[in-house]
Amino acid sequence: MTETDTDKKSRKMQSVGRMKEIMTGYYIDAKTAGQTGRKVAWITSGGPVEPLIAMDIIPVYPENYGAMIGASKMGADLCARAEAMGYSSDLCSYARADIASSLIDGGPIGGLPRPDMLVCCNNICGTVLKWYEVQARYYDAPLFILDTPFCHTEYTDEAKKYVRRQIMEYIAFLEEATKKKFDYDRMKEVGRISIEGQRLWQAVLDTAINRPSPMTCFDAFFHLALIVTLRGTPVTVDYYRSLLAEMEQRVADGISAIPNEKYRLLWDNLPIWYRMRWLSEKFAAHDACLVADTYTTAWCMSLRYMDENNFLDSMAEGYTKSYLNIGVDEMIKIVLEMVDKYDVDGFVMHSNRSCKPYSLGQYDIQRAVQRERGIPSVTIESHMVDERSFSESQTETRIDAFMEMIGQKKG
Amino acid sequence: MDMLQDFYEAALDTERYISNLKGRGKRIIGYLCSYTPEEIIFAAGLHPLRLFGTKGAVTLADAHMQSYTCSLARGILEDALAGRLDFLDGAVFPHTCDTIQRLSDIWRLNTRFPFFADVVLPVKLDTESARQYMEDVLRRFKNDLEGNLKLKISDAALERAVETYNRIRNCLGILYKLRSAHPEILAGDDIYAIVKGSMIMDREYVAERLPALIETLHETEPVEDSGKKRIILSGSICDQPALYTIFEKAGGVIVWDDLCTGSRYFDGSISTEGDPIAAIANRYLERSICPAKHLSNTIRGERLIDLVRDHRADGVVFLLMKFCDPHDFDYPYLKSFLDKEGVPSMLLEIEDQLPSEGQLLTRFETFIHMV
Repeated sequence: MTETDTDKKSRKMQSVGRMKEIMTGYYIDAKTAGQTGRKVAWITSGGPVEPLIAMDIIPVYPENYGAMIGASKMGADLCARAEAMGYSSDLCSYARADIASSLIDGGPIGGLPRPDMLVCCNNICGTVLKWYEVQARYYDAPLFILDTPFCHTEYTDEAKKYVRRQIMEYIAFLEEATKKKFDYDRMKEVGRISIEGQRLWQAVLDTAINRPSPMTCFDAFFHLALIVTLRGTPVTVDYYRSLLAEMEQRVADGISAIPNEKYRLLWDNLPIWYRMRWLSEKFAAHDACLVADTYTTAWCMSLRYMDENNFLDSMAEGYTKSYLNIGVDEMIKIVLEMVDKYDVDGFVMHSNRSCKPYSLGQYDIQRAVQRERGIPSVTIESHMVDERSFSESQTETRIDAFMEMIGQKKG
Repeated sequence: MDMLQDFYEAALDTERYISNLKGRGKRIIGYLCSYTPEEIIFAAGLHPLRLFGTKGAVTLADAHMQSYTCSLARGILEDALAGRLDFLDGAVFPHTCDTIQRLSDIWRLNTRFPFFADVVLPVKLDTESARQYMEDVLRRFKNDLEGNLKLKISDAALERAVETYNRIRNCLGILYKLRSAHPEILAGDDIYAIVKGSMIMDREYVAERLPALIETLHETEPVEDSGKKRIILSGSICDQPALYTIFEKAGGVIVWDDLCTGSRYFDGSISTEGDPIAAIANRYLERSICPAKHLSNTIRGERLIDLVRDHRADGVVFLLMKFCDPHDFDYPYLKSFLDKEGVPSMLLEIEDQLPSEGQLLTRFETFIHMV
């Protein structure tokens, strides 16, 4: 079936422009913070941003920046520069690219604004600890570490006590950095808005339950930026509300994300930022829609622990039990839930050399999915923003073989 | 040296040593990291055994861990899956790095030993809340051992364990200092065998043997300093006795190290005052740190410079295991600290096998000529 220009046009998402506008405004605010007297905090993607928003501090995300670097295909050059500085090419490509871009003020938007403080939450990996130490030395900026003990099988009472004490230490750190008292009333409001944003994001992702799906995980990777960077702000809530309306309208109008959705797939791990278009076209050519992914879901997965009437306390648990801070068996349960919820025919695993907590254990997850649900899977290996690590021909062969298997199985 | 024969035997044929111990009724608990609260395992009447991982082919572990996983994690998993660790009664996984964290899950889901515990230690060590949490976690571990293995760990037993470990650590420190003062008094692979043996052999025996060894060395006429270049080894683990020998052949001598199978293992002693669990926790906050933990942004650089000064080192060799993220992240800054002080360094990245002897010798010789 060939696609007409009108089809293509109707498939194009209206919200994309608005998202670009918001992100541009956000980065202008962040880059001009020095002139407007606002403080800038660098924070990890899984870190609790809400107290920063409540303190009117601008949060900046080196990981979001890493994604921008990858998408603009500047990753290989920056990673190579980091290697020249002595960083091993086996290290996380976000970290390598970010560290190099600091040194040369290079990369998209001419580098990130200088941090007044650094907030590192290790609920996503141990890499961020080392990465933020590097940046704390480079910028000579104070570093706060929110240490969220790994929940292999449980969130223990002692971990709970430890994290809750640290939330208070975090607030004291912010008070010291801004010389301002923390506003607990404002915090409640920001907490409420954060939870509302997360609910809306989940609702957006849930529209992919529909057949055909109005969106793919590649769309989710793009629209994710706000729930990561501006969680807890009204603009995020407004944006996802209108995105949700757009998705619901697409469902009502029968507009599908790909021209001919025959197969539905689940993606695991971070995106391969520099091959998004290629991958999405490759799968679409097989009539396969990647309807969901474990990655973008991570920003609403903690909703089950969050209580808007007791945000600070519930946030301690929500942030500690993030998707990358739980045992492989817990991850298996979540993947199986997603396989059922989105009714997928196959599982695509990005074995990401840049992210060990996400990737080690994937083979066990893969076997569990095959055993429990009998669906095929495929592994694609790369470093998420270092395109030198990606073999297009090998990936293509694997995807073709995988889709052939699904085709035979499903007919 | 004859006195070291049992250390060598245990270090080189661990399986045989442990089988004998097991035959005498000891229950064996494997562990992977120098932050393992061995004292508590010992106080429970169990035998703590540091696992090093096979240097042979990895095939079974390939089904669980990607090729970009360090050889230590892959090697240990391989041993477990191949049945080479069947003598274990259990294993303990302290929170270390992202890789060991996932190895713990994979181990728990794919092996069947009677006992298993995660000890999810704090990652930062510079706050009172982290100290309290460290203590709480160690108490949980004690309860896990008691509950799961149906035993009781008394305070008296803990105090004895603390004494034993203090003696072992203190003796290892003295041996290192002796060697720093008289590098020819023991060969590099002797030191390797002593430290590794101390993580394998019956600890009461080790605690008796080490003082005797020190006494003998004190009585030995110090060998004249041959003027070899004095080098510090910095990295994670070193399970390569040949490395020391080749290094000495190249005209250098390792006078100290910053390794978790070295000085990080014995650094710091446990207070014998007050509650023993709190005292064990406190040592972890004070001893020299692994890069997977946080004490300050520059502590490892400062300590490395101190080591260079204290031991009048001519240079530093970074021995980094491939795919070891925490060490890889610290390398550029540690090197820049050394560069600022004019201390030469070289980087040697290894997997499970060392490069060929000839190649290694040339690299070491080149470095030693430079310093």
